[in-house]
Amino acid sequence: MVNQNQISKLKRLSEIIISIFSRPSGMIGFSIVILHIIIAIISPLIVPYDYKEINSLIMLRPPSEEFIFGTDQLGRDVFTRTLMGGRVALLVTFFGTLIAVAWGGFVGIFCGLVGGKIDDIVMRIIDAFLAIPWILAMLLIVVILGTSTEVLIPALGFFYGKGIVRVARAATHDVIARDFIMAAKARGHSNFSIIWNELLPNVRDAVMVEGAMRWSWMLLAFSSLSFLGFGVSPPTPDWGLMISEGRGLMSFAYWSVIAPIVALSSLIIGINLSADAFAKALGIDRTQKAPV
Amino acid sequence: MFLLILKRLGLGFITIFLVSVIIFTGVEVLPGDACTAYLEREAKGELLEICREQLGLNTPAIERYLSWSYNALYGDLGYSLSGEKPINEIISVRVRNSLILAVTAILIGIPLAIILGIVTALWRDKFPDIFISTFAIFSMTIPEFISATILILVVAIWLNWLPGIVIVSSNSTVLELLPNIILPVIAISMVMTAHMLRMVRSNIIQVMSSDYVQMAKLKGVPYWKMVFIHVLPNGLLPAINIIALTIAWLLGGVVVTEVVFNYPGLGRLVIESISDRDLPVVQALALILALIYVGVNLIADLLTLVVNPRLRTLQVRK
Repeated sequence: MVNQNQISKLKRLSEIIISIFSRPSGMIGFSIVILHIIIAIISPLIVPYDYKEINSLIMLRPPSEEFIFGTDQLGRDVFTRTLMGGRVALLVTFFGTLIAVAWGGFVGIFCGLVGGKIDDIVMRIIDAFLAIPWILAMLLIVVILGTSTEVLIPALGFFYGKGIVRVARAATHDVIARDFIMAAKARGHSNFSIIWNELLPNVRDAVMVEGAMRWSWMLLAFSSLSFLGFGVSPPTPDWGLMISEGRGLMSFAYWSVIAPIVALSSLIIGINLSADAFAKALGIDRTQKAPV
Repeated sequence: MFLLILKRLGLGFITIFLVSVIIFTGVEVLPGDACTAYLEREAKGELLEICREQLGLNTPAIERYLSWSYNALYGDLGYSLSGEKPINEIISVRVRNSLILAVTAILIGIPLAIILGIVTALWRDKFPDIFISTFAIFSMTIPEFISATILILVVAIWLNWLPGIVIVSSNSTVLELLPNIILPVIAISMVMTAHMLRMVRSNIIQVMSSDYVQMAKLKGVPYWKMVFIHVLPNGLLPAINIIALTIAWLLGGVVVTEVVFNYPGLGRLVIESISDRDLPVVQALALILALIYVGVNLIADLLTLVVNPRLRTLQVRK
């Protein structure tokens, strides 16, 4: 049975999707992101060479028919490594974003709802965390706990959720004074029920857009860590790591940095364009948001 | 007004206090201590005991926190493990180097962002806006290490105009540093300008569509007079806070940029001290960076209060 409610939900969803894809930025952005995700999933099946096979006879070959993006300083195929270089990054940042949205959204809505002392204390702590530069916090965690994905996902998820707390809290404040919240309170619903049934549907849009944005920042953080040598360990192909390895030799072998640069930049730009189009489709202005 | 300022100062102080607690407990809770982290495999028996004795790690954590924060309050950040020098001495040179970089980038970035923001807002959706806004999205979203690498590849290697990496030592004089900062400054101010430009643009567009500007238009106020007298003062006010947040946000990006260019500033010290597991230095750096963040935001808050009288009567909007 399809009831009226579900039909209107589906209608809204299709409107949003049409609105996103009718903008050139949304069209391009989403196409890039989807392409990257598809490549990340199927790349192990389609790459022409082994990503970790070292061959000293073919070091730093320029692009040719045999190796279309050339080879790197250890004789590995740059094309293969570029195709596979986004897998760990996408995996870690995707699940990191889910964690960030989940805890940030919940804490933000909760603080917005209860207000008072609890709200004050939590917001002061969030402020303090915002004052610690992301790179310092991430480096410290990674150095002491290691760089495995089991560490990076919760670490990134925790650290990037603090900004979502503020957004969710502000969005909650916007609706908290409305009548339907009062009505739910008067009916004697629990805080949890109010959050789940009344607040979440109203706050979801803002939190989702913010989450999409956090995804791109998380990707930036992750690849910066790899670049600095604190991310995934060799020989795993990763764009940040490839750029840092090829950087010293780029005066005569620029191809080993160009390919990962284009791949990583296009993914991050794609996510940003998508997030912008998504925000506009939902009617949220996020250019006012500060980059925290 | 006076109370409001006091309140803001108080909030800033609380934030700094919490940061110091978070950093201290963070280092405390993570497995191992400064000595096991630094000495690594040699960390056993007598050596470890001596190191712990010297750093006073055998006393309770609260006692150590109190003495650390008490000393930090008076500007004494303790000793580094690897250099065995006072941390103040190591950091002060680096702070100077980073300040040269940051101040130059800010002096270029802020006026540029404001001018470009105004241009893009007034010519909204026309050629200059589309061109500049597209470029801004690129330079804003691409990670700092990529734009820095591209700059080195194009300017230093292909065109051979400027040195690609900085090879001066951290103690060199300002004059020795100056020619080396051109590329890092371009890399940093590009990101900064893009961020601020976008927000200045949307502010001005918002003001342009407000009732009182429409009113001025209908009254027949000449276009440029309207822009300069009615739009810009209100359109640029929020820019103060935006600038502060952008500067604070850049603290992270500067670390990466400094590493790419091998620039001897605070950012490279962050990486060096973390690679060396020099936890006392890391603690001190976190405190300093947080202090800069809170300080910059506080100044912006107070500045907005001074230039925008309407905010003075409101409650603290946090």
